[in-house]
Amino acid sequence: MSAKTDAYWRANLRLLAAVTAVWFAVSFLCGIVLVEPLNRFHIWGYPLGFWFAQQGSIYTFVVLIFFYSWRMARLDRKFGVEE
Amino acid sequence: MDLKTTTYLVVGATFALYLLIAVRSRARTTGEFYVAGGGVHPIANGMATAADWMSAASFLSMAGLIAFMGYGGSVYLMGWTGGYVLLACFLAPYLRKYGKFTVPEFIGDRYYCKTARLVAVVCLIVASVTYVIGQMKGVGVAFSRFLEVPYEVGLGIGMVIVFVYAVLGGMKGITHTQIAQYCVLIFAYTVPAVFISLQLTGSPIPQLGLGMPIQGETLTVLEKLDQVLQDLGFDRYTTQTRLSQWNMAVFTFSLMIGTAGLPHVIMRFFTVPKVRDARSSAGWALLFIAILYTTAPAVAAMARLNFTRTLQAGPVGSAEGNLVYAERPTWFKNWEATGLLAFEDKNGDGRVQHYGDKSQAFAPRAEAFGWKGDEMTTLDRDIMVLANPEIAGLPNWVIALVAAGGLAAALSTAAGLLLAISSAISHDVVKGVFRPDISEKGELRASRLAMAGAILVAGLLGLRPPGFAAGTVALAFGLAASSIFPVLVMGIFSKRINRTGAIAGMLSGLIVTLLYVFQHKGVLFIPGTSFLGSMPENWFLGLEPNAFGAVGAAVNFLVAGVVSHLGPPPPAEVQEMVEALRIPRGAGQAAEH
Repeated sequence: MSAKTDAYWRANLRLLAAVTAVWFAVSFLCGIVLVEPLNRFHIWGYPLGFWFAQQGSIYTFVVLIFFYSWRMARLDRKFGVEE
Repeated sequence: MDLKTTTYLVVGATFALYLLIAVRSRARTTGEFYVAGGGVHPIANGMATAADWMSAASFLSMAGLIAFMGYGGSVYLMGWTGGYVLLACFLAPYLRKYGKFTVPEFIGDRYYCKTARLVAVVCLIVASVTYVIGQMKGVGVAFSRFLEVPYEVGLGIGMVIVFVYAVLGGMKGITHTQIAQYCVLIFAYTVPAVFISLQLTGSPIPQLGLGMPIQGETLTVLEKLDQVLQDLGFDRYTTQTRLSQWNMAVFTFSLMIGTAGLPHVIMRFFTVPKVRDARSSAGWALLFIAILYTTAPAVAAMARLNFTRTLQAGPVGSAEGNLVYAERPTWFKNWEATGLLAFEDKNGDGRVQHYGDKSQAFAPRAEAFGWKGDEMTTLDRDIMVLANPEIAGLPNWVIALVAAGGLAAALSTAAGLLLAISSAISHDVVKGVFRPDISEKGELRASRLAMAGAILVAGLLGLRPPGFAAGTVALAFGLAASSIFPVLVMGIFSKRINRTGAIAGMLSGLIVTLLYVFQHKGVLFIPGTSFLGSMPENWFLGLEPNAFGAVGAAVNFLVAGVVSHLGPPPPAEVQEMVEALRIPRGAGQAAEH
């Protein structure tokens, strides 16, 4: 692997770590582990923890994929590996 | 117009549309048959993936499950959507770069070994066949309930429709029909939800309606539901947990990696033109799926509320509070006829008492009221979505639409699964192992034959669903999670995993998961052969069998890692292949193999 593609791959892995962290936080943390304390707060009439489990996590997943896709397209161009 | 005629018209129109599309998109090459020529626009592919993925289970069963599981049902919502994040980030773009036709083909090339490819074929076929039985059953049930034709005839009609467009068009025909089927199913799912949300809360958006006050009352739908259920001795809807938080987390994770590892979903991403398109297409797919998946919780809660309040119209415990059985609504009678709903007048008062008779705290009150147990002796969760429009008293064309939507969901998923099965047979087994020199024309013929055979087998299994059909969808996810997902991720993200490690990992993940499911649910789901019993006391770390895919996956990763490090690294050309996978440039050429 050349130095350039190596740097590209490391940048991808860093981005993946960030995306995975958000993915984990909205579903497993807010939707399951912290659901009881969060349910003391409300959002749009839903208890907050319940909202994350049945609505919020799904919206976040959609945004996350488009965010990843957009950032990767930028990385592809920056490192000159685009199609 | 009566309901039956309307339903015939709506369902007939959608079927005519699917057939028209099939005739116009015939596959002429193996490339068109397996990956639709690789030229599907990412948004179109996203829509097709959404229909491919959302099965009879998502359309018919999920809201019903959530309606009775409350917050515990969140495992399905998060599990079946969160998997797309993993798919978009860890699998789809790299497998698109690889640029060939099937998942086992990738495993065979990456692990330079035909045995690995065949192990993958076996996992794929077991997972897909178990899944397709459920779809065929869904087709038969939808026909027998709404068109009043015998179950077998309904199944036969479904098989003929799939046969025409899947055998003629392969992936190309399936892609085009799936796009149409997505439009039908999402329309059919959201229209009744909008109506019901309007009726209850005055908001046309069900996702908002769920949090809004009920018209003429101060409590929101969720608060009211919590109150109504608690008054009747049921669990509180918004805090009802599935076994434990730990079990919920592991179950959710299993469904996520199972989703990402299902071959019929992965292969949809082989059809887009570029690596970049594979990433964004996963986003579009999830957006289209999210429209249904964020509506489902509203459908679930509102259906449960309407249903419970129909049976318990007045105050709990008052003599006039419960529905008089002789005055029950038409939908109640219709569903009694199917056997999915049954009533037994335990206390002989001619009224329906539906309450949580398992609750110790409620028992003294029930006794004081003269109630002798929950009188809804059969209450199939699957009827919630189908009966919902009738319970809410919606017009006939909406009910007909739901039937067409359920059929679209079942048919689109069945077609995707059948393509995964037939391409594994014609491309991985026939061409890959027995006849490597087979001509393009010969392979195309073999793939059509394999497709016809797969439809026949699926239909026969659907006709006489083996006793274990209900438990098998969990098995399909368990297999995808424990065998396919880990070996694909390791193949891309590690250059060190070698062929022995991969085979050992796949087999051990598979065996651990199978053993756990079988020891608690019976060998091949035959009752009486579960050597540990399905007792929660015997569950490993308190995990229910359906949640076990994640543990199988962990075993797979661990075994593959250890075994690989004991042996030599993969050959240089395989390591170069992995490096090439990680870079988008050159994907165009890779497709021209």
